[in-house]
Amino acid sequence: MTNKTIVIPDARSAIRNDETETIAEILASIPDPEIPAVSVIDLGIVRTIEAECVVITPTYTGCPATLAIERAIRAALDANGFTHVRLETTLAPPWSTDWITDEGREKLRAYGIAPPPKGADAAALRNETRPQCPRCGSLNTEEVSRFGSTPCKALWRCNACAEPFDRFKCH
Amino acid sequence: MAKASTLFTYALRLGDDSLIIGQRLSEWCGHAPTIEVDLSLANVALDQIGQATHFLALAGAIEGKGRDADALAFKRDVLDFTNCLLVEQPNGDFAQTIARQFLFSHYQALLFGELAQSKDERFAAIAAKAAKEVAYHANLASDWVVRLGDGTDESRTRMDQGLQWMWRFVDELFVMDEVDAAAQKAGVGVDKAALRAAWDQRIDGVLNDATLARPASRRPALGGRKGHHSEHLGHVLSEMQFLQRAYPGAVW
Ligand SMILES: [Zn+2]
Repeated sequence: MTNKTIVIPDARSAIRNDETETIAEILASIPDPEIPAVSVIDLGIVRTIEAECVVITPTYTGCPATLAIERAIRAALDANGFTHVRLETTLAPPWSTDWITDEGREKLRAYGIAPPPKGADAAALRNETRPQCPRCGSLNTEEVSRFGSTPCKALWRCNACAEPFDRFKCH
Repeated sequence: MAKASTLFTYALRLGDDSLIIGQRLSEWCGHAPTIEVDLSLANVALDQIGQATHFLALAGAIEGKGRDADALAFKRDVLDFTNCLLVEQPNGDFAQTIARQFLFSHYQALLFGELAQSKDERFAAIAAKAAKEVAYHANLASDWVVRLGDGTDESRTRMDQGLQWMWRFVDELFVMDEVDAAAQKAGVGVDKAALRAAWDQRIDGVLNDATLARPASRRPALGGRKGHHSEHLGHVLSEMQFLQRAYPGAVW
């Protein structure tokens, strides 16, 4: 067998197989249903890609987007002739925002969402590190609400440009 | 090796705790004091219901009789629910809801931290994931306990009353009955009694910051794990299960 298992985010360097590379490209075109600026690959929810099986993991246990993501991936695989590829879900290891790719972080920022700090330590969790305003770049920002419009985001405000913004929570 | 019936009950209890507090919190949706609080409580509810889905699905799989998470959530009656009494207590005012969340989230944080080490990787996987979520819940509730306790006379009085109401349901969280003991012996479950000291330390630390006194010990209310519930649970279920009762098998 020449099929290699690839693990995101090291996918690009690990891909050795045309078929898995094609699948990876298809998945990279599938937007997250709640934050369409980033793909399911950018978010790190695709864990492994093999020629016969794609494994994904949910962000939060109750994330309502989980089912929509599964359906979108299934539909994209089927539409591209990969009906034989199984789609499996795993909980372990638990998804972490550290798995969001650098490209994904930049897309989030450009979309107006402050990306999460890397390293799920206590200080990051408690939002003790201030995010940079994704609009003006100021560090003069403050938390408005620890829970925001989706489970993965908190609501912040920039004191320099006065704009509110979402912050991707460290997880 | 624990019996399947033991592990079924163990998973069911975990699922029922999360399900009932998730349902309770969702009652706040659209009614919270501010939009930020509304979002927070709805998000915590969503996490809890997500955890319940996983634990109840696991219970159903262990049982092997074809019951999925929905069947266990919507098609059991009150005597078959195994949640602790704390989670079914009424929301009361915002302070009473925060008191319940504060006591429960710190318990869950410690419980899931340990359960993530379970020999049974199915339990460990759900717990490891849930632990990350409840860390946020515990932070949120602790912050509000401090803000209300160390706030105005009115907020302080209400926070104190909320804690007084909930306190008699605390001991039940740490009880080890025969199911817990068997699950622990098998390397699957957690020694909950051993979590109490760490829980006390967390709670006392926050109460100290909030300048609130720890409520006096009272005769504990027990029985939830055996299906002996307060009158409140029936009302929770009548709302939660209405659709499946009125239109059995309805899907969308
Ligand atoms: Zn700004």
